[in-house]
Amino acid sequence: MAEPGHHGVPHAQAGEFDNAELVHPKSFIGKYVWSQDAKVIAIQYGLTAIAIGLVALVLSILMRLQLGFPNTFALIDPSSYLQYVTMHGMIMVVYLLTALFLGAFGNYLIPLMCGARDMAFPYLNMLSYWFYLAAVLILVASFFVPGGATGAGWTLYPPQAISPGTPGIDGGILLMLASLGVFIAGFTMGGLNYVVTVLQARTRGMTLMRLPLTIWGIFMATVMALLAFPALLVAILMMLCDMLLGTSFFMPEMLNLGEQSTHAGGSPLLYQHLFWFFGHPEVYIVALPAFGIVSDILATHARKNIFGYRMMVWAIIIIGVLSFVVWAHHMFISGMNPYFGFLFATTTLIIAVPTAIKVYNWVLTLWRGNIRMTVPMLFAIGFIFTFVNGGLSGLFLGNVTVDVPLADTYFVVGHFHMVMAVAPVLVVFGAMYHWYPKITGRMLDDTLGKIHFWVTFLGTYAIFYPMHFMGFAGVPRRYYGYGETAYIPDSIQTLNAFMSVAAIIVALVQLVFFYNLIRSYFRGREAGPNPWQATTLEWQTEHTPPRHGNFGAELPVVYRWAYDYGVPGAKHDFIPQNMPPDEVEKVDPMSQEAAQGRLPT
Amino acid sequence: MTVTLVFLAVMMALFGGWLFSHSINVRPWEAQGASTQRSQLPPAMTAPRVGLAVFLAVATSLFALTISAYLMRQEMGHDWRPLAVPGLLWWNSACLVLGSVALQSAWQAARRDNAARLRRGLLVGGGFTIAFILGQALAWWQLQARGIYLAANPANAFFFLLTALHVLHLLGGLFAWSRSLFRLQRGATPREMLPSVELCALYWHFLLLVWGILFVLLLTT
Repeated sequence: MAEPGHHGVPHAQAGEFDNAELVHPKSFIGKYVWSQDAKVIAIQYGLTAIAIGLVALVLSILMRLQLGFPNTFALIDPSSYLQYVTMHGMIMVVYLLTALFLGAFGNYLIPLMCGARDMAFPYLNMLSYWFYLAAVLILVASFFVPGGATGAGWTLYPPQAISPGTPGIDGGILLMLASLGVFIAGFTMGGLNYVVTVLQARTRGMTLMRLPLTIWGIFMATVMALLAFPALLVAILMMLCDMLLGTSFFMPEMLNLGEQSTHAGGSPLLYQHLFWFFGHPEVYIVALPAFGIVSDILATHARKNIFGYRMMVWAIIIIGVLSFVVWAHHMFISGMNPYFGFLFATTTLIIAVPTAIKVYNWVLTLWRGNIRMTVPMLFAIGFIFTFVNGGLSGLFLGNVTVDVPLADTYFVVGHFHMVMAVAPVLVVFGAMYHWYPKITGRMLDDTLGKIHFWVTFLGTYAIFYPMHFMGFAGVPRRYYGYGETAYIPDSIQTLNAFMSVAAIIVALVQLVFFYNLIRSYFRGREAGPNPWQATTLEWQTEHTPPRHGNFGAELPVVYRWAYDYGVPGAKHDFIPQNMPPDEVEKVDPMSQEAAQGRLPT
Repeated sequence: MTVTLVFLAVMMALFGGWLFSHSINVRPWEAQGASTQRSQLPPAMTAPRVGLAVFLAVATSLFALTISAYLMRQEMGHDWRPLAVPGLLWWNSACLVLGSVALQSAWQAARRDNAARLRRGLLVGGGFTIAFILGQALAWWQLQARGIYLAANPANAFFFLLTALHVLHLLGGLFAWSRSLFRLQRGATPREMLPSVELCALYWHFLLLVWGILFVLLLTT
């Protein structure tokens, strides 16, 4: 089962095998740097993603400073503004959210929740992280090359992405494409691991229909990412050929600053099709893990089983499948065949059905639950609100006739920030508050957590809600300044200043969160093995935080699903997945009847 | 995108059917005693096999998307001049077929514990593959010599792109192949070699199939 790897160290080949077969390094570097333990890799992924995410957060504040207080800051010129827009978008979508949900939470939770010792291919898993780190470093390097980072917008549309006049065509765009290529290679290695581990290394009794919804969300998102990222890879390769080898895959014949270009006949539309074939599933690659995690947080903190478990699983699968046939709704105004618009508007609206099922089921899970208003629960409920708000504006944009006037206005910015920026980030926070006690063994501070939640939740509404009204007024997105534009009233400027102040406050309150993370690591209350009284396997480990190999001498055996909360007749209000039916303590009938006000007979 | 969508539809139908068979008539909320089955998948589906299958799905997606782009670009632009495919490609194809056959025989030899035949199969298989790659490089050189340049026409550009992508995948395969050969040199028994030889053979068959599709595409359009 284990095969000898380099230097005769046995490599564990699958997560199901014995503890002794895993590589247990002795040195600090082997344990924390070149680690093959999925939990350490998860933390490496998480810290790297948060670090690069902070860069993107600073970029967004720089953008807000220009929008709220135009031409006040000499640092921000039109070119650098476009670079901020581009890098902010790309970092947040790919390098932060995808890496955090799949790389960090995927690595930490898949082996633990499935009852495996580690990922199926630990060596490949380690390599995946180092590729990701290299991709991040290449991306950061692009800020420092002559001409700076690319300013083509996160969609990197040709021809302008590689034509003179766009910031960063000297080295910035090249490094961006290279970085994405490395990211995709690294992600493929990680993704293979996640899929194979879920399929192959589940412990005894962990049938598909007993998997926690977190795992379903991460699993389906990974399947989608594995199938969708190749579209981006193909588009990158073809764009690189156009740039470096003079081919004309995407580049049409055109005049560059008055000079005839060497390209001819290429189709920018072809790039858009390829890009959005990746880009739309990417939205759900970020959303599905969030759906799964929220389901588990809600069930745990409402002490109730998730409503309609099988429906929830099928909704995840159907959303995943449908997300591959809606891509052209990003291209309604691109000049594609207008009949496509009707088709894609229809599929887009159909996707609202499984999504609505999920929202109803979350609300019904809360219905008459024994809700504990913990910090993770606050974030989960905040997610439901934000996701519904963002999703509803999606119904507007999904219709061709409504999209045409709203396209490229702030309505779109408001919509996607609500639905795929704020909503998943609220889940990221909720998940961190939920699993931090398992990762570190200590609780995060509750008061600081609540301050963090309320300022973030209300603050993001102050930033993104007004954007919808600006969109109705016709304010275009991605503009450095509006000058004397007749149809934009002065009140828009007041609104922009308000939103910028809100953005700065929201950014600053994240410092409270980081302070909480660091302080609690040293001084937090001891969490114990299962502070939330949860049922899933990661809370049943022998040690907290779990050691390499996750479980003790024997792997846990699973007897039930992950949602046995408040089971009638059971003494405790939760039954762990690995508790055999005959060991479940029953309520004493005497005390039960006494509680109901009847005398025992 | 039709090609890609057909591929995705097949993938998703398989996946949906498999999930359906696992979720129909299942009552997830009911607790049950421990099953005796240790693994959740049939024993034949080992981690490396499942891993290869997933990787092949990713590679198929990549090739399906490139073929989609090929067909769309052909339709969208008005500058497509079909390329006369070099005759050398027939010889190259024969090499790849022989390489695949040799690796198949290596796989069989590993199953039958026949070390000599295993070594011969691996060497011949790798040799034919290297011949194929050199042949592809020669075909590129021939095209250049005939004045058929990469940038001159999208058909040329796609010819180079598709063949390069395919060769890159073969080079990845050769890396795994060289590791297997190295282990065999260091005295691994055919039984120990079986998992990796099997993966190599399956990967080669897949790339042969992909090449077949690409070759037909290049010949007919």
